[in-house]
Amino acid sequence: MTLETIKSEIETKVPGCVLEIVPNPSPSAQHSLRIDPAHAVAIATFLRDSEDLRFDYCSNVTGIDWPDKEISEKVKVKQIVDGVEKEVEEVRKSHTIGYLEVVYHLFSMEKKHGPVILRMRTEDRAEQVHLPSLTPVWQSAEFQEREIFDLYGVIFDGHPDLRRILMWDGFKDHPMRKDYVEPDDYEYEPTAHDEVLERARQHRTVMGAQ
Amino acid sequence: MDEQLKTELRKQGIVATTLQELYNWGRKNSLWPLNFGLACCAIEMIAASMARYDMARFGAEVFRPSPRQADLMIVAGTVTKKMAPQVVRLYNQMAEPKYVISMGACAISGGPFKQGYNVLKGIDRYIPVDVYIPGCPPRPEALIDALMMLQKLIDEQSLTGADRPRHLQADALSEFVVPQFGEHDLEPPENPEVWQPELINISLAGTDDAGNN
Repeated sequence: MTLETIKSEIETKVPGCVLEIVPNPSPSAQHSLRIDPAHAVAIATFLRDSEDLRFDYCSNVTGIDWPDKEISEKVKVKQIVDGVEKEVEEVRKSHTIGYLEVVYHLFSMEKKHGPVILRMRTEDRAEQVHLPSLTPVWQSAEFQEREIFDLYGVIFDGHPDLRRILMWDGFKDHPMRKDYVEPDDYEYEPTAHDEVLERARQHRTVMGAQ
Repeated sequence: MDEQLKTELRKQGIVATTLQELYNWGRKNSLWPLNFGLACCAIEMIAASMARYDMARFGAEVFRPSPRQADLMIVAGTVTKKMAPQVVRLYNQMAEPKYVISMGACAISGGPFKQGYNVLKGIDRYIPVDVYIPGCPPRPEALIDALMMLQKLIDEQSLTGADRPRHLQADALSEFVVPQFGEHDLEPPENPEVWQPELINISLAGTDDAGNN
């Protein structure tokens, strides 16, 4: 069963859903299916209950942080300079808004096939970080969605018990995000090197000691 | 008292001793550890207490489930920031005299999780540690070695004078700050009364002898 057939099957059974195959260019070629959050629960329920698919086991839920990116590329443009046509290099900058992504790995214990990989993306990294929880469909996602909530800040709507799981309740940051600023406790580094050495030096200058 | 005289007297069936010797002998041979473990080091600690390594030979077999009855805290394993307040609170609840063995890389410095976001970089930031055992995890022999080292330390303590142990000093610190959960880190991040790290010169770290990068 290929991902394309699963995609078309979902499209017929869940009307109005938006699906996209995200290719994996590596040799493993483990392509994944990006689903739209609005129809996620319906798609997940279909994948679990459909007679010939029966994805009854969600083995893993992963969070990914994609920060805002600025891509600058050099483009050759033809311009008329002093009446003569010339090729001029121009730097074009494009800005992509970052987002948070959640990845589900599905297997079928009954049919002995899988994995099928589902992806969901939030609108951005700051405000609209809501995604539907798939815990009502696969119970095994409960703790892993809690962990993603804790470490990435994705809010899973419909999760039965969405609390932090590794850090304490009053903690404000999301440590696995790329822009997490860790507390400055580099006062004692007996074998400092590379990044740690840099941080230890910074600590010394901040604290006024050499 | 003269050692030779003492042995002579002992031959005649007379035991001469000092109160200090007797007191230290009693303390060092009945170190009851607190029954708690935090990670894989605890498995080695359990092995050390079982028949093969038999920590009971050193008077430390009675693992007490209550801090009120324990003399020795073996911090065996990774202290997460979430667990640190409870460890310090347990230490505060122990009756003096009390001792701490910091077992394994994690309890000493955070170990392999040192640069992580949720692990305390060493329990000695909050409570005074008597003996450190390096290793990941240390073998039971190492724990027994640490216990014997602690016994030696206790044996050498004098009950009077300025260097007498903490529990005999009325004005010594007996309760330690229990860290609170802050918004970004534990508050306070360390207890300066306990944790005074040596300022090592890191300005030369990462350079060769001539000072080049």
